Amino acid sequence: MHYSFDIERGNFADAGQASSSVKRTLKHLGVDPANIKRTVVALFEAEINAIAHAYGGRIDVDIDDGKIVMVVADQGPGIPNLDLAMQEGWSTASPQVREMGYGAGMGLPNIKKNTDDLKIETTVGVGTTVTMTVNLT
Amino acid sequence: MTIKEIARLVDGEIVGAPADDNYEVKKAFASDLMSDVLRYSMDETVLITGLCNNQTMRTSEMSDLRVVLIGRDKQPDEDMLELAEDLEITLIKSKYSIFKISGILYGAGIQPLY
Repeated sequence: MHYSFDIERGNFADAGQASSSVKRTLKHLGVDPANIKRTVVALFEAEINAIAHAYGGRIDVDIDDGKIVMVVADQGPGIPNLDLAMQEGWSTASPQVREMGYGAGMGLPNIKKNTDDLKIETTVGVGTTVTMTVNLT
Repeated sequence: MTIKEIARLVDGEIVGAPADDNYEVKKAFASDLMSDVLRYSMDETVLITGLCNNQTMRTSEMSDLRVVLIGRDKQPDEDMLELAEDLEITLIKSKYSIFKISGILYGAGIQPLY
């Protein structure tokens, strides 16, 4: 099964709609609740990151019997230092993002914790693609 | 402890989804930082927060929270209330500070997450 969603820069009003939709689908499919939780937490973190930092993007989710693969691809600005971004507490979030309750520098580490595989490809000025896999078996 | 008992202890008002009398709350986590809420398991937990917006609801949804206690007399808007009903999340509004709410619930036997 394949699902895709668009991400609009700074649109916090709709933030979480993609993750919410995926959550409903996984529940409907009877996926184990623990796997649903880590899937949607990882996707939600990535969704928030893209809304907060990028200039727009797209989410693609593929679900099969064995795994869930989620790709969040955005346009710019890219991550200049990925090692720093993976550190808990390191953040470049704006005050507006922090007022929303995010931007504490926990997003990428939390995605790593909740997924079985995480790949981040990023080019400054071009964009970032985050590929997250949750194994179901 | 039931959701209604918690509401009574903090002189709160129940809004959003109706309180499920069969849902037992054993633990609480107090945070205005949704990034931290997403890091922990929220089973049988009430979130105590002063952050009152749709992101509180979306974070609660992803964390499988069933009840959120909004302190500091913050007022959820219509959008937030509608989202809470859709997501079947019960909100308790209280005029008390987060510190006072936390103290009352801790004293009544609600456990911390850690």
